Amino acid sequence: MRIYLDNSATTKVDLRVLKKMLPYFSEKYGNPSSIHFLGEESNNAIKQARNEIAKILNCLSEEIIFTSGATESNNLALRGAMKIIQDKNRHLIVSNIEHSCVLNTVKYLEKQGFQASYLPVNQNGIIGIENLKKIITEQTVLISIMYVNNEIGTIQPIEKIGKLIKKINQTRKNKILFHVDAVQALGYLSCDVKKLGVDFLSLSGHKFYGPKGIGILYRKKGIFLKPLMFGGEQEQKLRPGTHNVPGIIGLAEAMKIAEKDREKNVKKIFVLREQLKYGIFKKISKVEINGSIKERVAHNLNLSFKGVEGEALTLRLSLNGIAISTGSACSQKTLEPSHVLMALGKGEENAHSSVRFSLGKFNTKREIKYVLKILPKIVKDLRKISGF
Amino acid sequence: MIDYNKKVIKYFTHPKNVGEIKNADAIGEAGNFVCGDKLTIYLKINSKTKKITNAKFLSYGCVSNIATSSILTEMIKGKTIEEAKKISHKKITKELGGLPSQKIHCSILAIDAFKKAIENYSVKQ
Repeated sequence: MRIYLDNSATTKVDLRVLKKMLPYFSEKYGNPSSIHFLGEESNNAIKQARNEIAKILNCLSEEIIFTSGATESNNLALRGAMKIIQDKNRHLIVSNIEHSCVLNTVKYLEKQGFQASYLPVNQNGIIGIENLKKIITEQTVLISIMYVNNEIGTIQPIEKIGKLIKKINQTRKNKILFHVDAVQALGYLSCDVKKLGVDFLSLSGHKFYGPKGIGILYRKKGIFLKPLMFGGEQEQKLRPGTHNVPGIIGLAEAMKIAEKDREKNVKKIFVLREQLKYGIFKKISKVEINGSIKERVAHNLNLSFKGVEGEALTLRLSLNGIAISTGSACSQKTLEPSHVLMALGKGEENAHSSVRFSLGKFNTKREIKYVLKILPKIVKDLRKISGF
Repeated sequence: MIDYNKKVIKYFTHPKNVGEIKNADAIGEAGNFVCGDKLTIYLKINSKTKKITNAKFLSYGCVSNIATSSILTEMIKGKTIEEAKKISHKKITKELGGLPSQKIHCSILAIDAFKKAIENYSVKQ
């Protein structure tokens, strides 16, 4: 049996998405920038995809920039926006549980001379609006907060932050820009950019049953951005390079399906997650949930099994055909525990014992039942080895 | 993905000599401050021949921590203290058929725990 519970890492491509993409490899292979019939065909296909995506995000099609994925989208938003600014006293704010592609970009910007503040989360893994208010200064020009955390699945109050920034901006000359990394949110939460009140929003195709290597940056009309690369005229020169046509087609189709089936999937996945959670708590002692269980997306369950090291547990499960992931330092090349779990303030041992189950729409009750059969045995065995 | 070989996986899934030794003649503990792993080695030593007659371990650690501890206890059993002291972390790694580079420190941790057990034994004597 092969059971995939690592959907926050990546998802299986939905076969409907794959089917839609296939003609764009060897039949409709034209370069959208070409003026001949094949180019026109590809160009029309991207136009349509862009319109469909814009409809879902409630924005204009020209506000969509196609990228290679969320790492690039986040880099483009943060670095691209800060490139406009000459004054190095300017300040940006990010949460301390952002994905490494945001944190490392901010570190780079700090090296360039900009000021940065890292907004802490509470033990539930949620930022405090009041804390955010306090650290906004006259110099603040950019705030970047992730919608849903990739490790613990906690949801940040993006709409409230959006409203706060809008209010502050009313009386300011230097407007604060608001960027949201929504990679883990699409398919679970609404990503209506107007409702959220964001200036930038990043998405990645492979997190919602679409292909890898394609992403989006939503950029509100009128906001200046500088490109990270130079080349042709594609994507308003902000992201030059030949369009990844099959990727774009696949991303649009995946997004359409994810949005259409959102409520249905959330309900189904929530039931499975609860089945897993209750089963684990019933069968295994000394288990702790990391982060708020309430303010969390339906598919995430991040747990620490006391006396069990995360990599050992993850590998034992893998040998039994169950795929999950861990925040343990042992599994990282840097040998550092997960910064997200450390931010919760529970200490290194908690991070060392943490594992993440991230469910998806293809999971079944039978699979969860199987996990609940295997997992207690493995935990018992590893606790015997650790003398717990 | 961390690239472990089959022998490492075998020692991880079926470790030898797991547990405590009650009335152990020597106990050695080592912890890795970098990654958080902890390891305890228990030894039974013949006071006349100085031979290690039994060796067991407990490990709150990752795949390679469990595998290195397990193989070390096998390697030192039946050896005199002096013979066993000659085992280096490189030898453990070799015996396991190699470890991923970021996991070499696990074999060092196993040696550390063993050395501490021997120190602990010498003090007792």
